[in-house]
Amino acid sequence: MRIDGKGLINRAAPLRFTFDGAGVTGFEGDTVASALLAQGTKLMGRSFKYHRPRGVMTMGSEEPNALVTTGRGAGQTPNVRATMQEAFEGLEVRAQNAWPSLDFDLLAANDLLSPFFSAGFYYKTFMWPAKFWEKLYEPMIRRAAGLGALSGEPDTGLYEKAFAFCDILVIGAGPAGLMAALTAGRAGADVILADEDARMGGRLLAESHEIDGKPGPVWVDEVLDELEAMGNVRLMTRTSVTGAHDDGTYGALERVGLHMADPGARPLETFWRIHTKRAVLAAGALERPIAFPDNDRPGVMMAGAVRGYLNRFGVAAGQRVAVFGNNDSAHRTAQDLAAAGVEIAALIDSRADAKVCGDYPVYTGAQVTGTKGRKGLTGISVTTATGVQQVESDCLAISGGWNPTLNLTCHMNGRPVWNEALQAFLPVPDMVPGLEAVGAANGVFSTAGALAAGVDGAKNALQAIGKKPVSVDIPKAEDGTYALSPLWVVDGKSRAWLDFQNDVTVKDVKLAAAENYASVEHMKRYTTQGMAPDQGKNSNVNALAVLADATGRGIPETGTTTFRPPFVPVSLAAIGAGARGKGFAPERFTTSHAASVAAHAPMIEAGLWYRPSFFPREGEKTWRASCDREVAMVRNAVGICDVSTLGKIDIQGKDAAQFLDFVYTNMFSSLKVGRVRYGLMLREDGIVMDDGTTARLADDHFVMTTTTVAAGQVMAHLEFVAQALVPDLDVHLISTTEQWAQFAVAGPKSRELLNAVLDDGLDPEAWPFMACGTASVAGVEGRLFRISFSGEHAYEVAVPARYGEGLWRLLISQAEALGGGAYGMEALNVLRIEKGFITHAEIHGRVTADDVGMGRMISVKKDCIGKAAASREGLSASGREQLVGLRPVGAVKQLLSGAHLFNETAEAVRVNDQGYVTSVGFSPTMDTFLGLGFLKNGRARHGERVRMVDHLRGVEAICEVCDPVFFDPEGGRVRG
Amino acid sequence: MRIPCPLCGDRDHREFTYKGAAVALDRPGNSDWSDDWDSYIHLRDNPAGDTDEMWWHGAGCGGWLVVTRNTVTHEVKAARMAADVKGAGA
Ligand SMILES: [Zn+2]
Repeated sequence: MRIDGKGLINRAAPLRFTFDGAGVTGFEGDTVASALLAQGTKLMGRSFKYHRPRGVMTMGSEEPNALVTTGRGAGQTPNVRATMQEAFEGLEVRAQNAWPSLDFDLLAANDLLSPFFSAGFYYKTFMWPAKFWEKLYEPMIRRAAGLGALSGEPDTGLYEKAFAFCDILVIGAGPAGLMAALTAGRAGADVILADEDARMGGRLLAESHEIDGKPGPVWVDEVLDELEAMGNVRLMTRTSVTGAHDDGTYGALERVGLHMADPGARPLETFWRIHTKRAVLAAGALERPIAFPDNDRPGVMMAGAVRGYLNRFGVAAGQRVAVFGNNDSAHRTAQDLAAAGVEIAALIDSRADAKVCGDYPVYTGAQVTGTKGRKGLTGISVTTATGVQQVESDCLAISGGWNPTLNLTCHMNGRPVWNEALQAFLPVPDMVPGLEAVGAANGVFSTAGALAAGVDGAKNALQAIGKKPVSVDIPKAEDGTYALSPLWVVDGKSRAWLDFQNDVTVKDVKLAAAENYASVEHMKRYTTQGMAPDQGKNSNVNALAVLADATGRGIPETGTTTFRPPFVPVSLAAIGAGARGKGFAPERFTTSHAASVAAHAPMIEAGLWYRPSFFPREGEKTWRASCDREVAMVRNAVGICDVSTLGKIDIQGKDAAQFLDFVYTNMFSSLKVGRVRYGLMLREDGIVMDDGTTARLADDHFVMTTTTVAAGQVMAHLEFVAQALVPDLDVHLISTTEQWAQFAVAGPKSRELLNAVLDDGLDPEAWPFMACGTASVAGVEGRLFRISFSGEHAYEVAVPARYGEGLWRLLISQAEALGGGAYGMEALNVLRIEKGFITHAEIHGRVTADDVGMGRMISVKKDCIGKAAASREGLSASGREQLVGLRPVGAVKQLLSGAHLFNETAEAVRVNDQGYVTSVGFSPTMDTFLGLGFLKNGRARHGERVRMVDHLRGVEAICEVCDPVFFDPEGGRVRG
Repeated sequence: MRIPCPLCGDRDHREFTYKGAAVALDRPGNSDWSDDWDSYIHLRDNPAGDTDEMWWHGAGCGGWLVVTRNTVTHEVKAARMAADVKGAGA
């Protein structure tokens, strides 16, 4: 019911949305909950386990009951709090966790089965036969219990993440937060004021208080006007600060487009990381319920919310409202409603000595001991010293006192302390370094107190960052005392709810205590108290009080569970904004990428790079056909392959050679200018890190190549060695991987090709195997290396990346004229297996130089990284698995990498394991599968037969062990 | 967490890569395996409190830093260039 003349909604701007298909009228400024309440809708949801009818309880982000689903299909969002979702024209809202409908929910039968769903049900059920659990109970529970459902479609909404920086972050824009922002802003600090509501003002929008003789909202608007005009204050509405993290970093979730019918290009939500020097927590307080029998009926609401709906939205939550509390603040609900003309059925105060006056029935020393009305409250039982009375009422406003919203102060493991006078936990200073809780969040519950505390908090923050505060007048406001006497539970036969969202009752907590889950952490997990999406915001303290009573301890001795981030649920889409689909990882493309794709080469990932697998030609039906042709092309004519993805590190300085001697096992200071050498690099623990070639371009200038996958690791390692181990050496490193496009030109016709392409031709005398130097192509200064990863006479030619695509097209056309062409990763792999060259399939982080047959590459003349550790006996012992070649010699001709090796007649079980296969490929050159692998003591076993067994794919093959170099072992082709 | 890189200023920890304790600076002087080598490679303290550790500013200046961090509070107390630390100790 709307009350004329009340509320901050814009009555000139009506809007319509739907709830379960039925039209609802609201106004600009309404939430879904306020609009539904205004039309008298009480039933808004069904409870988690028992499917009990539930109505809205609160008006904020702590709402446990009124969870709804908005949108449909890809735009469907479950578990939206109706109290936070702003109403807008055309919004589609649906109730959830009910079937077939909210009003008639068959699963409400669960309520009759409630004995089965009490605390520990899941654990006890596990004790029953497993098949009962899997077949019967789990499917039943999964269907029955739950909240909203996902659509199953990819979320197509836009999300964003962003960073912000400030001097002082003020969290919450109620009286304390506004004064803090004003004080900090006037002093010239960079301020961010964040509030999760759509409108700033906090409780000043929900109360009928005056500030400096003006209505609260008027004063709020004046302050906001001043803050907005400042330029150094950023106001962030609809922004929940979700977490307090290290070094003044705060997470925050902003609802950017969720309140708009058409958000356009705006994201739905933005996840912020805010870095601040100091923070002022002015998050206010949350009112807590009282656990009395059947306290979960729709229409039972928090007293502060009932008067908030009246003052903020002009909504009377009922026609005949009863108020039940244990503190003075509850009285204001009766006063405000009565003043607005709403009938007050009763004001019930549990305190016998409460001072209450009003023109309505007042019961002191009384309690509500029961309620009526299945889908909406119809009446309550009030028990006084003289007996029980029935009171007709359709809305019961309850207040068990207030808990400071101190959640953020606990995010770095701090523990709050119990305050006996307030019957609440309060933060202690420095639970989060640099964050100070003020106002109601710190247990200061009067408006005047909050205004003053905000000023003080800001002054402390200003002082800490060395800024001088300017004086601020504290406005006049209500300065009432907050008197209460604890009341957690009202005894009775019916169930009394503590955690409404997870359906945890007083009985459940008592049962946990009786079964000796007496620690608060055990009770929480046994009952699931506080583990729903609301994280027990309005129930944890009550549950703790019940546990304390049940175990005969006080609340301080019982302790408290702590709060962890996030303060409110954060959608994964917001945290992971930008990382969906292709955004998940950057893509690195070589200069030949477009040409390769145009040639229909399937691209495969190599780290972040994309490389062509093979280049299919007309008539080739399988990748093997293309691969076989490309291998033969390189062996017989000439092939071109983009090798730009290999890491390239430019190393300069007068001590560069000495540095390379230290990071490689073998000697580089002896390398002549204009020559290239293969190098092996170890980790300090003696395991092989990477390999590659390094060219000496000048006395003090080298270019190192790394494998594609290890480029980043090697760069970090070299920098570490240069800076942290040998900082006195004059050596400088920079990655030039992306600056150079580099192509392998491999095959017997490679010299002929390059002779035609290079501006000055190719003089065979000047370019022996392992030579390097400059060479120009079409006037572009490039580099030429006579190196080979295929075992053929081969070169690698490099040009600045901007000329890469042009050179690629030139090389391909020249190669095709010579009967060659492009080759991809499949052919490259076969070519290197034929030659027994290792890749990271072999040097996979567990093998030593000796294992790959390169033990003698560790120079005895000098120290190097990994040398000491590699000398340990176990790293070269004869029982180790050593690199071998494998070729099938039995009936089965297929080899599979990942398969294990066994002695020919031994059973293929783990204890008999002799090694494993790392790389395989079909060699068209030798017309057989070839494999590389590691075999125990393998170098001494050439000629032996072993059995390859792939347990996963069910393949076995008898193999002959041989030298890993299958093709041209003398190396005549590469030197020729 | 933010790390005050001596070259770049306060930067987000995601720009850095962690390597481990700054023991990594104390590489034994000879290449014969010994107990010193064993402890250099394998043995690390697990302090509850201040510790010196190596971080690489890979997404920034490329500098290796010795960062003093409190493992209990995560407070970052100082960051120095590894080259300077090593130089001072040599
Ligand atoms: Zn830096």
